[in-house]
Amino acid sequence: MAGRALDEVFVAGASGIRLAGDWTLRGLDGLLPALRRALAAVPADANWSLRSIRRMDSFGAMLLWQAWGGRWPVALDADEAQRAIIGRIGKVTAAALPMPPRISAADAVALLGARLLGFVDHLGGFVALLGRLVLDLAHLLRHPRDWPLLEISANLFKVGAKAMPVSALVGFLIGVVLSYLSALQLRTFGADAFIVNILGMGIIRELGPVLVSVLVAGRSGSAMTAQLGVMRVTEEIDALAAMGVSRSLRLVLPKVVALTLAMPLLVLWTSAIALFGGWVSAWVELDISLHFFLQALPDAVPVANLYIGLAKGAVFGFLIALIACHFGLRVQPDTESLSTHTTASVVAAITVVILVDAVFAIATRSIGLPL
Amino acid sequence: MTGPVVKDPAQFDTSTGGAVVRLEGICTRFGRNVVHEGLDLSIRAGEIVALVGGSGSGKTTLLRHVIGLTRPAAGRVEVFGETLDAGGAAERLARQRRMGVLFQHGALFSAFSVAQNIAFPLRELGVMSRREIDRLVALKLEMVEMEPAHALLMPAELSGGMVKRVALARALALEPELLLLDEPTAGLDPDRSASFIRLIRALHRELGLTVVLVTHDLDTLAQMATSVAVLAERRIVSHASLDETLAADHPFVARFFRGLQARHGQSHGAGAG
Repeated sequence: MAGRALDEVFVAGASGIRLAGDWTLRGLDGLLPALRRALAAVPADANWSLRSIRRMDSFGAMLLWQAWGGRWPVALDADEAQRAIIGRIGKVTAAALPMPPRISAADAVALLGARLLGFVDHLGGFVALLGRLVLDLAHLLRHPRDWPLLEISANLFKVGAKAMPVSALVGFLIGVVLSYLSALQLRTFGADAFIVNILGMGIIRELGPVLVSVLVAGRSGSAMTAQLGVMRVTEEIDALAAMGVSRSLRLVLPKVVALTLAMPLLVLWTSAIALFGGWVSAWVELDISLHFFLQALPDAVPVANLYIGLAKGAVFGFLIALIACHFGLRVQPDTESLSTHTTASVVAAITVVILVDAVFAIATRSIGLPL
Repeated sequence: MTGPVVKDPAQFDTSTGGAVVRLEGICTRFGRNVVHEGLDLSIRAGEIVALVGGSGSGKTTLLRHVIGLTRPAAGRVEVFGETLDAGGAAERLARQRRMGVLFQHGALFSAFSVAQNIAFPLRELGVMSRREIDRLVALKLEMVEMEPAHALLMPAELSGGMVKRVALARALALEPELLLLDEPTAGLDPDRSASFIRLIRALHRELGLTVVLVTHDLDTLAQMATSVAVLAERRIVSHASLDETLAADHPFVARFFRGLQARHGQSHGAGAG
């Protein structure tokens, strides 16, 4: 647009203002700042001639209407088509767009109430989904042929086998770090052998299940919510319902069953790797042999802790899958809702896992502790 | 370079030989499936061209070639007299802004309200104040016969017909010279679709637009198009006015337009054609 000059479209002469050229969004491109200044400097009672304008669109018309201060100038030379375009701009100005409502104190209270009711609604929906699942299980016990085995095995592979590398990596590193930090402290007391107790109790009973749960909630839980959410958006879930196929039986149950089965196995796998990582660090720092480590482990950690860890894994897996499905099925068919529900699903799953872990800690406080 | 622009849409943009869109020797393949082979099509300024063809014949793909979303395996796509990748990034962007697209399902941004959807391209342009943008948004809403009160609705709250109209308003936001419509009346009831057709015809008359529309709907086609391009056997087998197309001797044309030919004959007989 180099070399364009203002006088191609705007000439202020002795007889008044003469406009020419293209008064369009593209035609005025590059001239706008100068043109706006020129238009602002025109006196209110000037003569306007629009006859030489070749083409005008609503943007050009709007510029003129603004320059005229929102009313027709006294002396205007324009043809019918131009008057029509400008006239339409004048008409819509009167009926402006509605402003988004402002938020008042009363709205804030109402919002708080709505949040609270929303939470109750979520709770109700969650219980209903749980009930639906129990009914489905009862149905499956009576009709064993209806078990969605293909879906369950596909989900098992997806949430179980495919999660093994990442959980192994994280488990190993946590084991190394935990062992290294403990070893530094234990050495000052000369209590090197207790590294086995710390690692064994910490990882098998507590860290393993919670660590895997956080990983799985982020990895598989979000994927489940997003998948169900997109199926809502594309009406696939409605299509299933129209075919008379129960969405809870085909979509929710396989995910919940698969994650409930896969989680204890993942916990076992991750705990084992974390213990291995812990031993590597203990070996480097405290010169503890693998033979000693393995021999001392059963004495330091009663086997009940392993069962508690596996049970936690199963319960956490069940909860993560159920929460993911709950949020996935509530997604509204738009992108915004999909993103909020996926986030909410992961946050809710991790929060619930930690809450339930506290409940577990209280409920099992007299089990498996070597006192 | 901007073409010389005159008031009469029929003479508009003569520097490009009158062709706003020119496709030459287009070949498109999806895997082993050949969709277009040696396809030629030229669309003059001020025309309303209806692109018709069987399902899967590649009408939407052709539209996407013109927009530049997909590239043909071979051939040349010219828009406003220049190939799609001619010039630097700024020129390509400027050329892109000369066309407005109405996607089949509207493709409104679901995180934005109606007003924000229409304002989005204007805001991206970065030359207007907020007040000016609001005023133009109100104008576009009025053009597509929407109430100002609808401006705050979210796309999820709109009916199918309203989505189409808002999407049209957004496509018109940058005052395009070329409007591409993919199935503009699909999913609208006859009443809505008739008012949509009236709307596009009025806009065509007022703004001197060139319109390319893909449609399956014979009523839409008969009421809107100034010419019909028939896509069959992987190329354009006919590009002529509706009357000439109906008279053409081609098996696809005969099958596709059977209903219309019968009605057309009647209306001619009654002297109302």
